[in-house]
Amino acid sequence: MTPFALADAFRLRRRSGSEKLVDQGFRQLTIVLASIVGLVLLGILLTVLSGSKEAIDAFGFKFLTTSSWDPVSEKYGAFTAIYGTIITSLLALLIAVPLGVGTAIFITENLIPLRVRQFLGLMVELLAAIPSVVLGLWAIFVMEPFLRPILEAVNQVFGWIPLFSTVPQGPGVAPAILILVVMILPIITAISRDSLMQVPPELRQAAYGIGTTRWGAILQVILPAAVSGITGGVMLALGRAMGETMAVTMIIGNSTNFSWSLLAPGNTISSMLANQFGEADGIQVSALMYAALILMILTLVVNVFAQWIVRRLSLKYS
Amino acid sequence: MTSLQPNASLQSPDQGPFQRKALQFQPSLSRNRWNLFFTLLSAGFAGICVLPLFLVLAYVLFKGGSLISIQLLTQLPPAPGLEGGGIGNAILGTIIITLLASLIAIPVGVGGGIFLSEYSTSGPFAQFVRFGTNVLAGVPSIICGVFVYGLIVSTRVFAGQSYSALAGAIALAVLMLPTVIKTTDEALKLVPDELRWGALGVGASKFITITRITLPSAFSPIATGVVLAIARAAGETAPLIFTALFSPFWPEGLLNPIASMSVLIYNFAIMPYEAQISLAWAASFILVVMILAANLFARYLSRFAKA
Amino acid sequence: MTSFTSLDHSTETSTDICMSLENVSISYGASEAVRGVYMQIPRGKVTAFIGPSGCGKSTVLRALNRMNDLIEGCTLKGRVLFDGHDLYARGVDPVEVRRRIGMVFQKPNPFPKSIYENIAFGARINGFRGDMDELVERSLRKAAIWDETKDKLKESGYALSGGQQQRLCIARAIAIEPEVILMDEPCSALDPISTLKIEEMMHELKKSYTIVIVTHNMQQAVRVSDMTGFFNVSTRADGEGKVGCLEEFAATEQIFNAPTQQATQDYVSGRFG
Repeated sequence: MTPFALADAFRLRRRSGSEKLVDQGFRQLTIVLASIVGLVLLGILLTVLSGSKEAIDAFGFKFLTTSSWDPVSEKYGAFTAIYGTIITSLLALLIAVPLGVGTAIFITENLIPLRVRQFLGLMVELLAAIPSVVLGLWAIFVMEPFLRPILEAVNQVFGWIPLFSTVPQGPGVAPAILILVVMILPIITAISRDSLMQVPPELRQAAYGIGTTRWGAILQVILPAAVSGITGGVMLALGRAMGETMAVTMIIGNSTNFSWSLLAPGNTISSMLANQFGEADGIQVSALMYAALILMILTLVVNVFAQWIVRRLSLKYS
Repeated sequence: MTSLQPNASLQSPDQGPFQRKALQFQPSLSRNRWNLFFTLLSAGFAGICVLPLFLVLAYVLFKGGSLISIQLLTQLPPAPGLEGGGIGNAILGTIIITLLASLIAIPVGVGGGIFLSEYSTSGPFAQFVRFGTNVLAGVPSIICGVFVYGLIVSTRVFAGQSYSALAGAIALAVLMLPTVIKTTDEALKLVPDELRWGALGVGASKFITITRITLPSAFSPIATGVVLAIARAAGETAPLIFTALFSPFWPEGLLNPIASMSVLIYNFAIMPYEAQISLAWAASFILVVMILAANLFARYLSRFAKA
Repeated sequence: MTSFTSLDHSTETSTDICMSLENVSISYGASEAVRGVYMQIPRGKVTAFIGPSGCGKSTVLRALNRMNDLIEGCTLKGRVLFDGHDLYARGVDPVEVRRRIGMVFQKPNPFPKSIYENIAFGARINGFRGDMDELVERSLRKAAIWDETKDKLKESGYALSGGQQQRLCIARAIAIEPEVILMDEPCSALDPISTLKIEEMMHELKKSYTIVIVTHNMQQAVRVSDMTGFFNVSTRADGEGKVGCLEEFAATEQIFNAPTQQATQDYVSGRFG
């Protein structure tokens, strides 16, 4: 029974089969599209694993601790690159964390007018947008020539320390670290700023209420409250630094010879891949895949840890 | 009598447990000096942080901007040792690869984001996809290159071709995918549930609700994220150097190696010829201008999201 | 179980009963929200659900057109019959159900489209083949908002005031010619004048539709409804959490003047809630 004459005008009052089909089909389609992420991840893992099998069989765990990279005698060890990856990213982090957190504090506090702070924030975001390869170009032709006299002076004064024991001759680990600092600063600044802004204003008011100064409140109350978010950001930056390729490849010198010195040319896993993968063949490809596998594991561990920290933070404030 | 004690200590400062001072601001106090020190320190850090952007921009504009000419935009790069020439093929190549990568990554990413936000928000499969998206976002871009090399280039699956524009585009698409998924997922979550209920309440199917109401409402945040992802992909080099490779010629279809500005900068920067190095700066200029313009455009788009 | 296709022509013995709930219990995940509801909603009347917050009256309302399907982990036990057919039986399409049982929500939720498109959207997806302009006008008239909107049909629905938006949403629900309209506290976000307009409109609407309304406002229940169900919360037997139940369901006059339950008496006289 339909009390209104017009109900007949609704042709699709009963849903047509095709409409239901589209509805169901769309749902299936999104499931398929969503599962592509998993397939890609699996594909990456399988490609790298199967590619590196030959090298794993040939070199085993000695690959991690030896530093000979000799295509002629086909003996490969990735210690130089692993050391380079870890030392460049850790030292870059050491420099970038105080700079980034300091900047984040400066643009979240009301020390200067809001407009200026927003402009600074925009600048930092734009810095993140500059392609790595352009930073590499700039590092080769501008930063490194400018830096060389300074590094030479460092070598003359501190040459007795193994880390500064070689005479700088252009590309090397030290300029690579500095360009990494430029690349991860925006990440650390952005995430620190977000974490600082999430700290409830009541905390700050409570600190001011008992008579602390601005920096007393920042250092003793606000920073500790934001520390887990900032740590998450720092870990993400570490993951990014370890995987960063182009700028580092262009300025690190791509030497497979091991040296403790930061002033000597060196290598990271990603720079080695970028530099050699195209021309490699035979077991060298497999050795490079093995190195890629190590890089993947390193970044995966760091990223999962970072996500865990960030998730704990979001639980705390929700 | 005890209730009077606080007052008494205020009147005679020396007798209370705390030292009281006059209310005037005294810059010489150690706490005020520390305050000033930290303020200056953080300002200095902010300065250092912004300095590289200005330096890089200044050099790129100065060294690259001065080279821009019609010839540069329309000609092929010169042979090593010769003068002149342009980067026309690389500009076209970057546009082609980026466009192709977007054509792959946007439908897949938006579809995946719709699944996460609209169909399953907390099921085990959705959690796996979310985790996978975060992991994929953290995979170094060079690994994307290695993956596509192993999957497509070395196996020659596309008509027996090894290095190709298509392989490069797929590598870039893998890189863009997590950003597009996350952007879509988060943008759709911002759409109020009342709007979905409204549509479902008048008998709309889920498909209609999503395509006609929910997605259009989330358009501008999704567009913002997609533009940022495209801008980032346009500047990527690592996934291209052994997938799309490089070509000194004009693009020859999607199944052949293709030039791109980012790979051109990498290749030419380490050449010992002035002409090539100049072209690297010019390509940097065009790339940076394109990417900054896209970023500012994305910020402009995101303004609509708030309105 | 007769197939759903015969629904239009079904000849129930008790044609004056539109929907009936038989021992309905609704849970969110492991926690039960409402338990053991029996109720018969008459056709062509206004039925009001009242009760303190958390008593599950909105949950029951949303069960009537399967809006609860959208909440993950929400399950229903018992039967919800519409014209004698179980809405939760296998093979019933919730989209179909919502086309015949429309809904108006607590917060006005017009689509981000023009006023005209807000009405036309629902009609179009329901396969409307008639004169759209005429349908839009008639729906807006029925919802008592035509005079305010006839000159700006192309403007965004967001340009209207809160009260007008809510009437637009009612017009949107009417436009698809449902048999039942569910209203979930439709006036709670509105000013008294808008509320009055909507209440007047409901008197008109019940001539052609069955209306079920959830309200916090007891005066409103008295003013608009013919039947009233009073929901109450009680602490669960195991002492963990609370569960809602239907305390009393009768003619509105009886609920407010001579309730049989003490709890109803206490609530309607303002002693708690």
